[in-house]
Amino acid sequence: MIDEIVKKILNGDIRAIARAISWIENDLPDKEALIDELFKQTGRAKIIGITGPPGSGKSSLLDRIIDLEKQKGKKIAVLAIDPSSPFSGGAILGDRVRMQKHATDPQVFIRSMASRGHLGGLAGATADALKVLDAAGYDLIIIETIGVGQTEIEVMNIVDLVLLVLVPGLGDEIQALKAGVMEIGDIFVINKADKDEARRVKAEVEYVLHLKNEDSKESSNPIFMTSATQNTGIKELVEGMASTLQQMEESGLLKERRLKRLALEFKRILSSKIEDHVHHFLNTENNLKLWLDQLAHRQAAPYQLINKKVKQVLKEFKKQ
Amino acid sequence: MSKRIRILIAKPGLDGHDRGAKYVARALKDAGYEVIYTGIRQSPEAIAKTAIQEDVDFVGLSLLSGAHNELFPEVVRLLRKEGAKNIIVFGGGVIPQEDISFLQEQGIEAVFTPGTPIQKVLNFIESKKEKVLA
Repeated sequence: MIDEIVKKILNGDIRAIARAISWIENDLPDKEALIDELFKQTGRAKIIGITGPPGSGKSSLLDRIIDLEKQKGKKIAVLAIDPSSPFSGGAILGDRVRMQKHATDPQVFIRSMASRGHLGGLAGATADALKVLDAAGYDLIIIETIGVGQTEIEVMNIVDLVLLVLVPGLGDEIQALKAGVMEIGDIFVINKADKDEARRVKAEVEYVLHLKNEDSKESSNPIFMTSATQNTGIKELVEGMASTLQQMEESGLLKERRLKRLALEFKRILSSKIEDHVHHFLNTENNLKLWLDQLAHRQAAPYQLINKKVKQVLKEFKKQ
Repeated sequence: MSKRIRILIAKPGLDGHDRGAKYVARALKDAGYEVIYTGIRQSPEAIAKTAIQEDVDFVGLSLLSGAHNELFPEVVRLLRKEGAKNIIVFGGGVIPQEDISFLQEQGIEAVFTPGTPIQKVLNFIESKKEKVLA
């Protein structure tokens, strides 16, 4: 069954691609074998992340970017992530409303993903879904994050290039100085540039980037002014994305980032698997209540108890 | 494994009355389903392709212009043509009683007319759940 779906994915079969992404989202048992089979065929696509606050125009910009990238003959895939409800677990995935004119285009694949409780601006399955699209032969894959606040920066760990979309009305340059999401943009986009305050936002971003890049030899991050609704500045942005990617390729930065990405993913999965085994060994699920009782009645101290459990694990580990 | 039911809510045809579609979308979200919304004025082709790309279990169509007898069956036909045999299609809107049996013959499994309590829609989804999760 795996061989069959892998073959179809490599041939670009839309249904097979869509099904595979669902397998990954639903964490089906065959998921790992599927990813391993596809992995050999990955590494060709350019992967771009587009992030920014809710309502900043990410989907609308993306719609315009697809217009231009399509003209270059590229095959484009989009993963658009929206939040799941913390109460019902349900979600309304509405990003594709802005891009729906591309729905019938065989060059374009758009998939909405719910975050399913994952924090950080992405869905837990996003990194693996990327591999399906990469193996399927999409030249350009664009991840649209959830509308972010200050700390949802995970997208930087799974893409080649981050577009950070800002808009007028979000506060002064103190906001722009802060750590977090403002630091992860490779390219800054001031959208809704037709609004009065847009120039001021640009000046503030320039100021912050000037401080950030003062000591670095590399040129400062590019800033583009766009209006997705008026369709202005998009051509410059798309050219800027291409030239930034080319520079990253030439300087070796792209290769470096991709290696770092592999390392992070490797460690993350390794840790989570080890964690599962450890909890299984400690029978955490059943014992947790007992441990918590001891803590609640102040019969045990937290670190003392935890270190005792860790010792237990290490002892078992040495035996083997 | 944690399969979540995915439902596409789509508006074929030329009317822009999307309040009903949005109401249903929101109620389905609150019931724990993942709802993909297409926006208004979608062609049957765009709806079918979207359903395939999103790998949904259900497609809910909302139409208030009177073209349901043409557009609803066309969505079903295109879905089956694309190989999506299992996607369950239902519909809603101002649909005369006498058209409902025709639509059901054409593969629209349920039709909800104005005034339907939302629980009826949720019950319909739940009644098909086992088939979808199989």
